[in-house]
Amino acid sequence: MSGSGKGILKGLGITLKHFIETYTVDRKEGKNRYFTEEGILSRRTPDTKGVFTVQYPEEKAPLPEAFRYIPFLVYDVGEDGNRDIRCTSCGICAKVCPPQCIWITRRTDEETGKPMKEPSQFMIDVDICMNCGLCAEYCPFEAIRMDHDYEIANVDRMKHHIFDLEKLLKPASYYKAIRPVQVEREEAEKREKEAKKEAARAAAAAAKAKKDAENNS
Amino acid sequence: MAMSEQVSVSQIPAFHEIYADQVKLDDREGYEGFIIPAEFLVQFAQAIKSKWGYDFLSSVTAVDYFPDMMEVVYHAYRSLGGPALVFKVQVSREDSVVPSLVSVFPGAELQEREAWDLMGIRFENHPDLRRILMWEGFAGHPLRKDWKEPYFEEENKPFSSRWPEGVAVRSETLNPYGSNVQYPKDFDPETWTPEADESLYLGLKSFKENDGLDTEKIIINLGPQHPSTHGVFRMAALLDGETIVDLKPVCGYLHRNHEKIGERNTYLQNMPFTDRLDYISSMSNNFGYALAVEKLLGIKPPERADYIRVIMAELTRIASHFMTTGFLLNDLGAFFTPALYALKERELILDVFEAASGSRMMCNYFRFGGVFQDLPEGLLEVIRDLAFNRLPKKIDEMDALLTENEIVRSRCIGIGVLTAEEAIALSASGPVLRGSGVPYDIRKADPYSIYDRFDFDVAVRYHGDIFDRYLVRIEEIRQSIRIIQQAVTQIKDGPIFDGKSQYSFKVPPGEAYGRVEGPKGELGFYLVSNGQANPWRYHVRAPSFINLTSLRQMSLGEKVADVVAVLGSIDIVLGEVDR
Repeated sequence: MSGSGKGILKGLGITLKHFIETYTVDRKEGKNRYFTEEGILSRRTPDTKGVFTVQYPEEKAPLPEAFRYIPFLVYDVGEDGNRDIRCTSCGICAKVCPPQCIWITRRTDEETGKPMKEPSQFMIDVDICMNCGLCAEYCPFEAIRMDHDYEIANVDRMKHHIFDLEKLLKPASYYKAIRPVQVEREEAEKREKEAKKEAARAAAAAAKAKKDAENNS
Repeated sequence: MAMSEQVSVSQIPAFHEIYADQVKLDDREGYEGFIIPAEFLVQFAQAIKSKWGYDFLSSVTAVDYFPDMMEVVYHAYRSLGGPALVFKVQVSREDSVVPSLVSVFPGAELQEREAWDLMGIRFENHPDLRRILMWEGFAGHPLRKDWKEPYFEEENKPFSSRWPEGVAVRSETLNPYGSNVQYPKDFDPETWTPEADESLYLGLKSFKENDGLDTEKIIINLGPQHPSTHGVFRMAALLDGETIVDLKPVCGYLHRNHEKIGERNTYLQNMPFTDRLDYISSMSNNFGYALAVEKLLGIKPPERADYIRVIMAELTRIASHFMTTGFLLNDLGAFFTPALYALKERELILDVFEAASGSRMMCNYFRFGGVFQDLPEGLLEVIRDLAFNRLPKKIDEMDALLTENEIVRSRCIGIGVLTAEEAIALSASGPVLRGSGVPYDIRKADPYSIYDRFDFDVAVRYHGDIFDRYLVRIEEIRQSIRIIQQAVTQIKDGPIFDGKSQYSFKVPPGEAYGRVEGPKGELGFYLVSNGQANPWRYHVRAPSFINLTSLRQMSLGEKVADVVAVLGSIDIVLGEVDR
């Protein structure tokens, strides 16, 4: 082993290069490098050089569409402006939830006492939720989806960290805003299904008409 | 066996014919391997090691077949490669005594302690059979099926209290602090004084050296709260001056009984929990678990999913090795410059994970028969850019920054030596094993997924010191980049999932052992299914934990400051050690 110190000097050269780069890159790319969407994005590409850190909370790293945080419930806005909750309280999300942090009370018809297809209460303990996304993945009604809002810190977890129906509900427009590609795909699938159903119905009607015609003749 | 007779490594000898009097074939449906009577076990172990080349005892665990019996399950491999030799010992639940294999395979030491602690199997002639993950005032053996935790709700998830009339209750309000622990009979925590440390210290070898000086041995504890331990981990060291004479790892501070949680969960519900084992490399954890369940289900993912899996697993390896290298330098005193350069590359890789799976670290990306979703548009381009343009440059830079550095060399070369024989005997795996000159990599030795399609070399170095473990990691990053370059070139469009997309499904009865070459070493998942939707037994063969068996051997004769570097070179993650 040599004691010449060449290796150390070479290493120091690399750190010096990194240090100088922070200035040269800033100079070349100008002010837009900071506090702008493109600037932050450009700092996260494979050819990025210079300052790399994002200065949270003034700057926020861009979220990819797939990003998942605590779930929320989607509602559509009906024609008369009331909220049309998509959840049918089928209970799949509560069953698939790995830490079992979802509690649902199914609404029952006050007159007949029969269970209805909507929740009267829906609770998620966000301290327990592990953001795995399985509830959203297995929901057959596109009713529960993962959120992008990760700033939910609070001073009193006992008071605020069990989210109820009121807190969980968000409009379908919000869902579309944070996950445009997914919504697009889901709508395309729905249209395809509808078209298939329509075709099957038409075929059945045609077959019936043919049969009737045969019987009549 | 005649010496000239050729034995293929992939061939498992018919031990039930060779030892027809003692050994029985395990012919239960879905099971494999041999059943050995307890009194024949040590002899059998010696025979497979010296005669048949099964020198690597990978995993030791137990299964509680409540209410019939306990079964201790061993997985042994040839260090030349090939499939596992599985053998089992069956004992009664009331009197579970099995001879210890530490005398034959020293690598069984910590694993047998774990099986004693969690399952209550008493290993006769074990040199130091104490609890390892639970504390000494703990009542019972928690993985036994008749043991129930204080927050116990039901045997299996999903819990029926959640739906259709679910009202949120915090478990701590049902079971407040103080009543959430169970003590052994006649145990009073108020008057108890810990004897555990005494027995720990007594277990350390006392040295009798008479050099005419009146010297005294000192015991020092490194940790549990110490930055060098990368978490909460403790080493009790016996010192002669500054030289380590004996050392014992103490762990369990982060224990949460991952395996019991896993046995309450359904198969699918376990997937996000595996992320939290070695939280640096969740994709690899997903991989091992998915392989084990797919073995039970008898399904295979479509081709594109296989490629995505390999790309993700290799990116994980790069991220993990970058981090280990950076933090090894922290341990050596180069505070945070190399670590931050390493973290920068890891950030770019985590961006890829986030775009694909939705989470940077807790990916939960693999499903049984594929992956959760296809790569979003443009992501493959980013991966390609990383693999061809950025990462090769950056690993060269890291290499130039560290490898020739005189301080790194003088602190690492010749320190913490583990010979090849010791490494195999102590069941070391991953870069620890390969740094000691054993070219054993599961991707080559027992290929899984589609690793046989890629052209890559097994990184190996021969001195077994800290420096060689470091060099192996640098080389492995280069090899992983090679694999990703091939994978992104070969990958084609196609489906990414070909399995059951139900949230709960029954799994055919039987056992399966899925193992992958994780960044830390051999990561194995041992599953036993009884045909229900929840695994009957779920065991993790955690490489970080088992690699710690060789910590003592590496540290003997070194200085205190070097132990910190030795531990850094093993690369442990406490989430996986303590489970």
